[in-house]
Amino acid sequence: MKRAIFRNQLLPWLLLAPQLVVTFIFFLWPAAQAGWQSFLREDAFGLKTTFVGFQNYTALLDDSQYVDSIGVTLVFSISVAVLALSISLLLALAVDRMLTSARTYTTLLVWPYAVAPAIAGLLWWFIFNPTIGLAPYALEVLGIDWDHSLDGTQSMILVIIAATWKQISYNFLFFVAGLQAIPASLREAAAIDGAGPVRRFWTLTLPLLAPTTFFLLVVNTVYALFDTFPVIDATTEGGPAQATNILVYKVYVDGFLGLNLGSSAAQSVILMGVVIVLTVIQFRYIERRVEY
Amino acid sequence: MIERRPLLQAAAHLVLIIGVLTVAFPVWLAIVASTHPQSAFETGLIPVWPGDQALVNYGAMFGEGLSNLGAPPLSGMLFNSLVMALVIACGKIAISITSAFAIVYFRFPFRMFAFWCIFITLMLPVEVRILPTYKVVADLGMLNSYAGLTIPLIASATATFLFRQVFLTIPDELMEAARIDGAGPLRFFWEILIPLSRTNIAALFVILFIYGWNQYLWPLLITTDEGFYTIVAGIKRMAEAVDSLPIWNYVMAAAVMAMVPPVLVVVLMQRVFVKGLIETEK
Repeated sequence: MKRAIFRNQLLPWLLLAPQLVVTFIFFLWPAAQAGWQSFLREDAFGLKTTFVGFQNYTALLDDSQYVDSIGVTLVFSISVAVLALSISLLLALAVDRMLTSARTYTTLLVWPYAVAPAIAGLLWWFIFNPTIGLAPYALEVLGIDWDHSLDGTQSMILVIIAATWKQISYNFLFFVAGLQAIPASLREAAAIDGAGPVRRFWTLTLPLLAPTTFFLLVVNTVYALFDTFPVIDATTEGGPAQATNILVYKVYVDGFLGLNLGSSAAQSVILMGVVIVLTVIQFRYIERRVEY
Repeated sequence: MIERRPLLQAAAHLVLIIGVLTVAFPVWLAIVASTHPQSAFETGLIPVWPGDQALVNYGAMFGEGLSNLGAPPLSGMLFNSLVMALVIACGKIAISITSAFAIVYFRFPFRMFAFWCIFITLMLPVEVRILPTYKVVADLGMLNSYAGLTIPLIASATATFLFRQVFLTIPDELMEAARIDGAGPLRFFWEILIPLSRTNIAALFVILFIYGWNQYLWPLLITTDEGFYTIVAGIKRMAEAVDSLPIWNYVMAAAVMAMVPPVLVVVLMQRVFVKGLIETEK
């Protein structure tokens, strides 16, 4: 905290005003609305609204579609997080061995960060297009019949690939920074003691990368849960037969297209709970890191 | 690197080359697709090598768009995206830097309350409160306007935290010296704090520009007037047509144009961006 401060009382409020006004109007008020709405039920014509307590929530748990959607979300998020983390770690380890070409490789790997998730979805949708795409053609040689508009598993694979492709560059940058932060003296000492590259990776590099990996795990989970909305919407739209209907997409479909306001609001509140838990985990971890 | 291991080195190169190619492959196909006539997508396989219709396709997309499918010319959508990205980036930086200044350099009642109000925005992504936010914007008459596209996305806890962090590392003596020399808070802010945070502002600008440019759900919901379509959201409307009509050449030309500006920003400002990204998020 600062010792030296200015004494004005009005000025700080003026400086804070724009941020606070935007926050209240577009964040806190809508969130409170969602909270209130989640206890109400509107009839089909929007004429009558009744207070129903926790019924919207209990109805969700009884709804097999919602339970399925939780399962779909778990499969999707875990696959994206694990794939994106392991591929980018492999690439970062390889770049870390390079002396002169590291910068060139980094430039060539970094740019997908700038590609919109919706476009990433579109690009892979094109490659996997059942009639003219390259991937289905190659898969046919292997005897696999690809049509993600009919097959739920294939459609899930498609969105996982697109979402992972987009996230690799982000993880890669953090892993490279994490690897550079490991003191060279430690690796040299291990090498002199006779530990080869594989042994050094498991006993030295990976443990020292643990903070980076944990941070990325949280960030990737948030990404897979919320920021992948455009990937789904631009490709499968949750289908076929709800096979890729992740929770955040279901909030939108039920609320905006299905106009089931109470249920959509209850889903929003549950998702907000998830974000709060993830944010708390992330910040507790950062606090701990500062103590080192 | 510690020891010479030619085999391992070769393997590392191989991994990187495969990585670079895999990452670039979908974009290569998109660029190639945007240079072929529509007839190339009717049967068989998508082309892998460039064709000769690039000028025709891009010319058509820039000139008239796909008006019969509800997609206006690219030039208008690119302009809207640019406005959206710039206003969001500059707006977020401006309101966050003043908030951080207020929180770090002043003591006033409810200071922590204000801090928590900003903090809580981290926990409320647009996607989870989409319906009530839409309603607020509709009630304020901000549908189909630049204000509606940008202002609701402008609050930023991350940027406020970053500037708070930066300000906390600036020595107190600097402010005491400024005060002795007779500078008031605003002069101190303008002439000392802003110049000192210049690199952070630049890095944040890159990240926020990309964030603004790539917005998808929000513009898709609140724009129904073609004049306000942004390119990333507009592509969805074109892609829906592909099921019946294989206009992949036009769709991919639009996709390429949607990627070029943010990718250029990242590549040209790579150094400041990489440093900024890792500092902002940690």
